[in-house]
Amino acid sequence: MVTASDERLVTPERPTQMGTGPEREFTVKARTQTQLVLRRFFAHKLAVGSLVVFVVLLVLSLLGQRFWKYKYGVPDTNSLSQPPSGEHPLGTGDLGEDGLAQLLRGAQRSMQISLLVMVMQTATATLVGAVAGYFRGWVDAVLMRLVDLLLTLPGLALLIVLASRIQAGWIGVAFVIAFLGWAPDSRVVRGVFLSLREKEYVEAARALGARDRRIIVRHLLPNSLGVIIVNATLALATAILAEAALSYLGFGVQAPETSLGKLISDAQGAVDTRPWLFYFPGVVIILIALTVNFIGDGLRDAFDPTQTRVRA
Amino acid sequence: MLVFIVRRLLISIPVLIASSVLVFLMVSASGDPLAPLRANPNVSQSAIDARRHSLNLDKPLPQRFAIWGANLVQGDFGDDLNGRDVRQQLFARLGVTVRLVLVSQILALVLAVAAGVLAAVRQYTFSDYVVTFTGFLFISTPLFWFAGVLKEWAAIRLNNGLDSLFHTERRYIYTVGDKTPDFEGSFWGRISDYAGHMVLPTLAIAAVTYAAWSRFQRASMLEVLSSDYMRLARAKGLPWRRVLIRHGLRTALIPLTTVVAINVGLIIGGAVITERVFNWHGLGDLIVTAANNRDVNVMLGWLMLSAVAIIVANLVADILYAYLDPRIRRT
Repeated sequence: MVTASDERLVTPERPTQMGTGPEREFTVKARTQTQLVLRRFFAHKLAVGSLVVFVVLLVLSLLGQRFWKYKYGVPDTNSLSQPPSGEHPLGTGDLGEDGLAQLLRGAQRSMQISLLVMVMQTATATLVGAVAGYFRGWVDAVLMRLVDLLLTLPGLALLIVLASRIQAGWIGVAFVIAFLGWAPDSRVVRGVFLSLREKEYVEAARALGARDRRIIVRHLLPNSLGVIIVNATLALATAILAEAALSYLGFGVQAPETSLGKLISDAQGAVDTRPWLFYFPGVVIILIALTVNFIGDGLRDAFDPTQTRVRA
Repeated sequence: MLVFIVRRLLISIPVLIASSVLVFLMVSASGDPLAPLRANPNVSQSAIDARRHSLNLDKPLPQRFAIWGANLVQGDFGDDLNGRDVRQQLFARLGVTVRLVLVSQILALVLAVAAGVLAAVRQYTFSDYVVTFTGFLFISTPLFWFAGVLKEWAAIRLNNGLDSLFHTERRYIYTVGDKTPDFEGSFWGRISDYAGHMVLPTLAIAAVTYAAWSRFQRASMLEVLSSDYMRLARAKGLPWRRVLIRHGLRTALIPLTTVVAINVGLIIGGAVITERVFNWHGLGDLIVTAANNRDVNVMLGWLMLSAVAIIVANLVADILYAYLDPRIRRT
């Protein structure tokens, strides 16, 4: 069986018309760094599968409420405490709240909080890490002592102490989580910057008269992007768990609003009578955190293939 | 080595002072301690003023910090809102939390080392995938939800099953509390009562800790396995098992040692959720109640105790690392 591509190999005339010899022999195609990373990522089945599941969850949680017949906060008083059925796929609560409507609303809040945390935390960590790693000296010393200091404080307890003050709703919750989460990430970024700033291409750029800002933005940042992206995905996974923990303890999202953690917390008292309200939000949290972790793992392998080498 | 320890000890002192400033600032910024009194219409203005005076809130912030710091250095953590000594409460609660944390950490450590080594030695085989997947799964599971599932399946249903099996009417595994109040019975009865209360919370914490550590141990073992001295030991004809344990595992345990040491300091804060789920009255329960009541002295004392625990844990980790890996000491 001869396919179109095989044909090209057996017909000698065509390649000679197409320019130089060696290119034809090896058919090496130039790929950019991004293409390489994407190719490696898409070869990772688990990560790609996770990406698909995560995108579905993301779309459902951000847009799903519009397409579901029951709305959050509008109970169906005809069916109280019903187990899952065709009418209410995830059952109802004791006041007739539709399980799916609650879940969609909770997932929306949790997802919004986590995405906001991811953006704020990654931005702060990158800025601090980049400045400390690039300028070194006293700037580095001051910033890293600050990071050390933040790391000596017990995270969750401080979250509780701070969150009892926050009245700004879900944005406030995101702020508190991000405030306590950026420190370790900034250390990682700093480490990458410290090693990259000694590379020849940075020296070359400086010799050509590039300023600090240009070196950081055009040379160092793109080369540390891998580490930053991987850290951002991990930040998303920890944020969704942190939000759940805070809301469970009663210091996160407050009463008229809901989130995945709050849903579990509310359903905790009635695991025996209404288990469907307890299990589904937990499964959704696990799915989000698990897929994000797998995506992060796949990205790490894609950006840095040296870590996946097989033992000789 | 002694120089190293002394130098490291001296560094911790300014860190401790700085973190006490930070803790004090954050707690003072975290809300008005008089708000619960103000919200209560039955409390007169003079009572509020008296409380404000007793908490030194009528003084400026630096002075308040100085008073609090001076008392703290002398071992006086102040009183809580009900006039009870904070220090006594802290140490009583510490005992409960340590009982919970210690066993779960040991369990997690043993499991994590075994699983991590197994996964590394059998990289990309079925057992590696199982270990890796359970690790990812437990990292991604909210602790309180997992605890709820444990309560339902590992306790209530198991108890019912055991009861119908042995025709008894007792509970083997408890879902609430750290011990049966007013327990009357023999020494062994007491021990089994403690154990029955500890099973579920210990399992819950151990599972989550195991997840992180097994991933860590796998990575560090993989690195050791690909090193030259392992190949040399093998080439010299040592049996594989011996190479693995004497040469490989000993080295691969070094990074984990420091992680474990640091974690023991952190876990006091990490037990908050577990204690809440299982209704244990340990340190975690104390901070949640204090935050709800805006009990400033308890929050301050708690955070300082925890900061000290973390700093000491870091110190121990550094010293252990220097002891186990002589390369660190030279710098």
